[in-house]
Amino acid sequence: MGRGPGLGVGVATLWLSLVVLIPLAAVTLRAGENGWGGFWAAVTAPEAASALRLTLGAAVVVSIVDVVFGTLVAWVLVRDHFRGERVVEVLIDLPFALPTIVAGLVLLSLYGATSPLGIHLAYTRAGVVMALLFVTLPFVVRTVQPVLAELDPEMEDAAASLGAGRITTFRRIVLPNLLPAISAGAALSFARAISEFGSTVLISGNLPFKTQVAAVHIFGQIETDNVTGAAAVSTVLLVVALLVLVALDLLSRWGAKRA
Amino acid sequence: MPEPTSPRGGRAGRGGGPGRARLLLRAVALGYLAALLVLPVGLVLWRTFAGGLGPVLSSLADHSVLHAFQITAIVAVAAVVLNTFFGLGVALLLARHRFAGKRALNALIDLPVAVSPVVVGLALILVYGRFAPVGSWLEGLGFQVIFSLPGMIIATVFVSLPLVVREVQPVLVEIGIDQEQAAWTLGAGRFTTFRRITLPAIRWALAYGVVLTLARAMGEFGAVAVVSGRLVDKTQTVTLLVEERFQNFDQVTAYATSCVMAVIAILTMIAINVLRPTSLAEKESA
Amino acid sequence: MRPSRSLRLPAVVCALLVVATLAACGSGASDAPPPDEGGEALPAAELALVAYSTPQEAYDEITGAFRKTAKGRNITFTRSYGASGDQSRAVVAGLAADIVAFSLEPDMTRLVTAGIVAPEWNAGPHKGMITESVVVLATRQGNPKKIKGWADLTKPGVEVITPNPFTSGGARWNVMAAYGQVTKGGGSEADGVAYLKSLFRNVPVQDDSARKSLQTFTSGKGDVLLAYENEAIFAQQKNQPLDYVVPDSTILIENPVAVTKSSKHPEQAAAFLEYLHSPEAQAIFARNGYRPVVDASSTRELPQPSGLFAIADVEGWPAVTKKFFDPAGSIMADVEKGIGVSVGG
Repeated sequence: MGRGPGLGVGVATLWLSLVVLIPLAAVTLRAGENGWGGFWAAVTAPEAASALRLTLGAAVVVSIVDVVFGTLVAWVLVRDHFRGERVVEVLIDLPFALPTIVAGLVLLSLYGATSPLGIHLAYTRAGVVMALLFVTLPFVVRTVQPVLAELDPEMEDAAASLGAGRITTFRRIVLPNLLPAISAGAALSFARAISEFGSTVLISGNLPFKTQVAAVHIFGQIETDNVTGAAAVSTVLLVVALLVLVALDLLSRWGAKRA
Repeated sequence: MPEPTSPRGGRAGRGGGPGRARLLLRAVALGYLAALLVLPVGLVLWRTFAGGLGPVLSSLADHSVLHAFQITAIVAVAAVVLNTFFGLGVALLLARHRFAGKRALNALIDLPVAVSPVVVGLALILVYGRFAPVGSWLEGLGFQVIFSLPGMIIATVFVSLPLVVREVQPVLVEIGIDQEQAAWTLGAGRFTTFRRITLPAIRWALAYGVVLTLARAMGEFGAVAVVSGRLVDKTQTVTLLVEERFQNFDQVTAYATSCVMAVIAILTMIAINVLRPTSLAEKESA
Repeated sequence: MRPSRSLRLPAVVCALLVVATLAACGSGASDAPPPDEGGEALPAAELALVAYSTPQEAYDEITGAFRKTAKGRNITFTRSYGASGDQSRAVVAGLAADIVAFSLEPDMTRLVTAGIVAPEWNAGPHKGMITESVVVLATRQGNPKKIKGWADLTKPGVEVITPNPFTSGGARWNVMAAYGQVTKGGGSEADGVAYLKSLFRNVPVQDDSARKSLQTFTSGKGDVLLAYENEAIFAQQKNQPLDYVVPDSTILIENPVAVTKSSKHPEQAAAFLEYLHSPEAQAIFARNGYRPVVDASSTRELPQPSGLFAIADVEGWPAVTKKFFDPAGSIMADVEKGIGVSVGG
C-alpha cells in the first residue's frame, strides 16, 4: 500500500463504528436516559446489585483458581513429558471451541439433578463457579505456556547448585518471570467470567439474588422491556471490561520490558 | 528444547525417571482437567447414545434441526468472510501506516472480546431495532435487521471481530516492508504485491485467525439469543436449538445436536493447535 | 513439544471439513412435499406464527396437519414461541407475524392498540378464543408435601414456582386464580391481596415464561408449580415425574388467536385460522392437554372444578391489567417490590 492510509482509515473506522462503536455508545446513552440518578437507581436496584455482586465475586474466585491451576497445567505441559501429552495439549482448547450453551448442557448433565456422581450443583452458586471455571480454563494456560517454554533453565540450575530448594527456586526465579503472563491470563479470565451467559443459563437456574449472573439479569431485563435498566447494568460491565483492557495493555508492556 | 528441570516442592532425580513430586503435579493437573473437561463431555457423549443410534439419527434428521445447521452455517460463513476481509484491511492499516488515532483504533479492536454477548445483542437492538435511528431508516427501505438474519450476522461479526486482525497484524509487523517495497520498485501493482508477496507470508497466521473466527461464530449464543426473535426454521441457530429443545424436554435432540457440535469443536481444536503460531522463527519461515 | 509444520495442511482440511459438515447437514433441510390431495389449494405462502410458550407441540402438529389438507398444501410456516408478554411486545417491536396466539387477551389488546390486529378479532362466536384450560397445582410425583389446595401454598417451607407476571401470560392466570379463589370464596379484596403477598413470599424464582418455569420445576426446584392444566398433562406425557391437583376453585383460562392486519397473505392466514377451529385441530389441542372450545369427539374426560370462575368474574382483563399488572404501580408491582424483584417498564 504505497499511497497514504486515508481511504483505508476511513473504511476501517466506518466499519468499526457501524458494528462496534455506535452500538456500544447507544448502550451507554440509553443507560443515562434518566440521568445520573436514574442510572444509579437502576444499578443499585436489589436484583441488579445482587447480580453484579455475584458476577464480580464469582469472577474473582474463578480467576484465582485459574491462576493456580492454569499455571500448574502450563507447567506440567511444558516441563513434564508423558504419554498422551499431545492429546492434553489439544484438549485445553475445548472451552474455546465448544459453544457455551453446549458447555452448559455438558455441565448440567454432570452436576445437575440427573448427575451420575450424585453431585447436585444446579441452582447453587457452586454451579455458577463450575460453569465459569470451564469456560475460562484455557486463558492462563495459553498465556503462561509460551513464556515458560522460553525460560532459560540455567538460572534455575544455578540457584539449585547454590543450594536453593525447589520451592525457593520457583518462588524467586521462575515466578517473577511468569507474573506478567499469569496476570494477563488472569485478566482475560476475569473479563470472560463477567461476560459469561450461555454456560450459566442452564446450570445456574437463574435464581435472582442467589445464582443470577449479570448477563442473565441483563437478558431478563431486555425481555421484560426494561431496556434502560438492562443498559445500565451493561454499562457497568462495559466499564469493567475497559478497565481490564487497559490493565492488559499495561501488563503486556511490563512483560515486554522483562523479556 | 530445554532439559526438563525438577519441579518445585520435592526430590526428583534428574534424568533418572520422574520423581514423586513430578508425578504428583502431573496427577493434580491431569485430574483437574479430567474432572473439568473430560468427564462432562464424556458424559454427554454417553448420554447421547444411551438410547441407541436410531433415535439420535432420527432426531438429527428432523427438519428444524437441519434448518438450524443451515442457518448456523450461513451466519458463521458470512461472519468469517466479512471479518477476514475487513480484518486483513485493518491489520494492513495498523501494521503499515501511521495516522492520527492509530493508538485508539488499535485499542478499540480488542473491545469486542471483552464485551458480554448479551450486551452485544442489546447494543444492536438499540441501533438497528425497528424504532431505533438506523433501524427505522432501514425498515423504511424494506430491510429488516433485528429478528432476521442480517442482525444475527452483525452480532456474530461483532463478537469475532478482533480474531483475524490480531493474528495477522504481528506477522505483518514482523516480516516488514522490505519485500513489498522491492516489488513496487520493480513495477508490481499494489494488488499483485499483496497477492504474491504479502499473502503467502501471512497465510498460516491468516488461516489460524479464520479458524478461530469460524469456531467463535458457530458457537455464538448470547448475542443471537437477543436479536433472533426465536423464529424456528428461520433464525434459530444450532445453539438456540439446543437450548429450546432442552427446555421442551426433548433431551435426545438436545444431546444429539450437542454431540455434533462437540465433534465439530474437536475438529476445530485440532486445526487450531496445528496452526497456532509456535514461535517467530516458524512464522517467518512459513 | 512442537507440532510439525507438515500437519498444517491437514489442519486447514479439518477446518474445511467442519464447514462442509455444516453445509451438508444444512442442505438436507428441504421441505418435503406433502401428499397430493384433490381440492383447491391456496397459492403458496410462508406464514409466520408467533405464539406463547406452552402450545408449541400443539401448533407444530397442527401446522403439519394443515399442510396435509387440500387448502394448506402449499403453505409453509415459521414458528416462534416464547413468553406471551415478550412475544406480544416483540411483534410490536417488529417481529413479523401473520398469525398471533397468546396466553391471554391483554397481550392481543396490545396489538390492537398498536394497529397490528383488527379490533373485530374477537367478534366471532368463540370471542377469538381457541383453547381453554384451568390453573392447576402441579406437585412432585406422589405429592409428598400433601398439597391439597390453595391454603397449602402459603405454608412455611413450601416453595411455589410460578413465572413472572410481567412477562408471562401464564403467570397472570396464576395470579388471578390465586386472587379469585379468595374473593370468590367470600374473602374481601384485601384478603385476596394479602394472600398474593404471602404466596409470593414462597416463590424463589420467577422464570420469564410458563414453559421455563415448568423446566425449573422438573429440574428439581420447588414443591408446587402453578401451571396450566395442559402444561401438567404435557409434562406427564413427556414422562416427567409430576402429579397435579385441580383445585375446587380455579380460573378458566381462555387463549386468544388472531390474524394480523400487516399479514402479506391474508387469505392463507384466514384459512389457517379457520382450520384451527376445525375438529381435527381441536382434537390435536385436546391430545396436547387443552380443553377445546369446539366439541371434539376425542376429548379426554377432564375434571370440572366446582368453583370454576372466569376472568369476567374478577372484573375482566382491562380493569385487572391496570389494577394488578401495571409496572408503574399496581398490586403485583407492590408484591414484587416487596420481595425485591424488578418489574421493568
